[in-house]
Amino acid sequence: MIRLTVNGKTVSLDVSPDTPVLWALRDHLDLTGTKFGCGMALCGACTVHLDGQAIRACVTPVSAAAGKRITTIEAMERDRIGRVVQDAWVELDVAQCGYCQPGQVMSAVALLARNPRPTDADIDAALSGNICRCGAYPRIRAAVHLAARRLGV
Amino acid sequence: MRTVSRRSFLRSSAVTGAGLVIGFHFPTGVRAAAAAEPAKGPVPPNAFIRIAPDDTVTIFVPHSEMGQGIMTALPMLVAEELACDWRKVRARHAPNGADYVHTRFGMQMTGGSTSVADRWVQLRTVGAQARTMLVQAAADAWKVDPATCRAENGFVIHEPSGRRVSFGKVADRAARLPVPQAVALKEPSAFRLLGKPQHRLDGRDKVTGRATFGIDVKLEGLLTAVVARPPVFGGRVVRVDAARARAVPGVVDVVQVPSGVAVLAKDFWSAKKGRDALDVEWDLGPNASLSTEALLAQYRELGKTPGAPARTQGDAEAALATAAKVVSAEYDVPYLAHAPMEPLNCTVRLAADRCEIWTGTQFQTVDAAAAAAVAGIDPARVTIHTTYLGGGFGRRANPASDFVVEAVHVAKAAKRPVKVVWTREDDIRGGYYRPLWYDRIRAGLDADGRIVAISHTIVGQSILAGTPFERFLVKDGVDVTSVEGAANLPYEVPNVFVGLHSPRVGVPVLWWRSVGHSHNGFVVETFVDELAAAAGKDPVEFRLAHLSEKHPRHVAALRLVAEKAGWGTPLPAGRARGVALHESFGSVVAQVAEVSIENGRPKVHRVVSAVHCGFAVNPDGVAQQIESGVIYGLSAALHGEITLRDGRVEQSNFHDYPVLRLDEAEH
Repeated sequence: MIRLTVNGKTVSLDVSPDTPVLWALRDHLDLTGTKFGCGMALCGACTVHLDGQAIRACVTPVSAAAGKRITTIEAMERDRIGRVVQDAWVELDVAQCGYCQPGQVMSAVALLARNPRPTDADIDAALSGNICRCGAYPRIRAAVHLAARRLGV
Repeated sequence: MRTVSRRSFLRSSAVTGAGLVIGFHFPTGVRAAAAAEPAKGPVPPNAFIRIAPDDTVTIFVPHSEMGQGIMTALPMLVAEELACDWRKVRARHAPNGADYVHTRFGMQMTGGSTSVADRWVQLRTVGAQARTMLVQAAADAWKVDPATCRAENGFVIHEPSGRRVSFGKVADRAARLPVPQAVALKEPSAFRLLGKPQHRLDGRDKVTGRATFGIDVKLEGLLTAVVARPPVFGGRVVRVDAARARAVPGVVDVVQVPSGVAVLAKDFWSAKKGRDALDVEWDLGPNASLSTEALLAQYRELGKTPGAPARTQGDAEAALATAAKVVSAEYDVPYLAHAPMEPLNCTVRLAADRCEIWTGTQFQTVDAAAAAAVAGIDPARVTIHTTYLGGGFGRRANPASDFVVEAVHVAKAAKRPVKVVWTREDDIRGGYYRPLWYDRIRAGLDADGRIVAISHTIVGQSILAGTPFERFLVKDGVDVTSVEGAANLPYEVPNVFVGLHSPRVGVPVLWWRSVGHSHNGFVVETFVDELAAAAGKDPVEFRLAHLSEKHPRHVAALRLVAEKAGWGTPLPAGRARGVALHESFGSVVAQVAEVSIENGRPKVHRVVSAVHCGFAVNPDGVAQQIESGVIYGLSAALHGEITLRDGRVEQSNFHDYPVLRLDEAEH
């Protein structure tokens, strides 16, 4: 049994220690907001926070997450920054197919938590690991700026 | 099978329906009956609209939402005429059934950039019918003339008395009324929603993780399967040793299906580890020596002969022989994977006479028929629950229903409900690509720099050959989707020949966002620039000089983009502008790109688009689609390439099949 802390709750899972956090969340905890895109930390669809840092859940084994705090998209509506980011995303109609957006939001929230006034270059550096095939990129950048302005007020 | 007429069903639902109204609420058997019978005449509003006692209006959307915004634009069509409160509108995917077939194509599907145009009259009409019934119901209750009542923002209002009642309160009564056949639709000048930007109805669910994609489906007893498929297209399993796979903790079963070997497990990770542990011997079949290089060499040889004529006008060869200047070029563009962000997946639950499918598909009617054939049941017994699609781009509209058929086979063999999940590697290597194309194109210019002839030979696999669509769309050896955007060249050229070779190659191909236009638009417009340069003319002026009054939208789009992009104005050192103009699927788009060369590679700084698409139902939705198309196109132009060597696809994931990322997108 592996004990994980997910969105503030401690859970015990009967999975092998090499199981990626992604599949523990999706298949064992019914937290399907975190998405599978590549399995190789190439696309960012699976981005969650581990002790506040954006990480790729598809290559992070549960054994490496034991004793740390995992935060997923499902917790973002209750998160001060998360809620503002989501509102900015909705206001600018960022999502198209929407599949990558939970990961985009998680990367944006982690960025804003450590850098409240990101430049375009900061945003590019923090979110270029998150692929969007629908090409919402210009709106993603604009929405991060909008959220930063709102959080700064 | 028992049949229930829509009228009698409406009545019974009103009696028993607990406030459920213009109520689409077919019990399963009735829906199945409806699916078996093609729709005759107009589809009544009950198929599309449900009004709850709390005034929530649920609209059943007959197309698949894959990012293009139809989950917003189509409800807007209904809501405009229904006169409901837009804030109370919810959108859901319609089930599969005859009521939801494409009004032109006669099957339930999403593709060809047709969804809004397809439903433009139908959905406004059902909105108007439902509104008429609600007004009549309120007037009946008040015992007043309905002509003295109107509907506004979710209420019926009796003008003389000022009485008002919400839709939810009269919906039950409205459901008992006959559906009016003749209703007048609003003039565009009276539109309150249409033509004005509306936020996406799916926007919130998609940033909170609540939106359900196919891969998110949960069912009691559901297993996840990962399938080992042959390393070469057309390969077959010779022998399987599944002992090590079965020993992986969590693995429940291993079954052989026509497409390969499926490992079923309690979760994806166990299934994937089980697949890694399989020992499969493959017969590689006839394609084991395929290579892109050899294919291109073959295509170049084919391109030396004209091919089946797709357009013959005047005598291109004679005009080329006497032209003042002849320009020729060859182009090739690679196989491309769609690579939607959500890897393909399909969930299937079988019973003796029933098949239930949960998946993000663009092709419900085709998939239901294919699933029925595998399950050995009537297509009317197949229910498809369409989920959100994590990108489609054509990959989820497959005449072969590959990912659905395979999942039904797995569920049938395992006798368990199963979700087949593809890895990214499975997706990139899974075929159904945009075809590899080779083009040979020559043009003659006269002494004034006008084009007097174009001869264009196109070589590439037919997408439609061997599919049920072949008999409609392949004529005299020409697959119309292979030559679209080339055969209908908009420029005034007296002598034109467009020919096509459609070699049979063992690589599965499919429509890929914009289909034939994806290569023909590139080839034709790039070549027109070569001609402008050869003629010593400005590329915009050169195009305008070859556009007649027959193409006013082309002229308008080109002039607008030139103006908005500052065509001809100074640029920073090292930057250049390029222009292109193309019509596809009823829209004319002109674009100007600002480009430089950095580290030996093109870098695109800015793309300005002018779009002549007719009335824009949700203008911001159109903007999103154009932004999306630009970036999807740049991914292909700057990065995308699927290649084969020894029959094997050389790419596998986003490291070797890169796509545009944020830092490459316009700032």
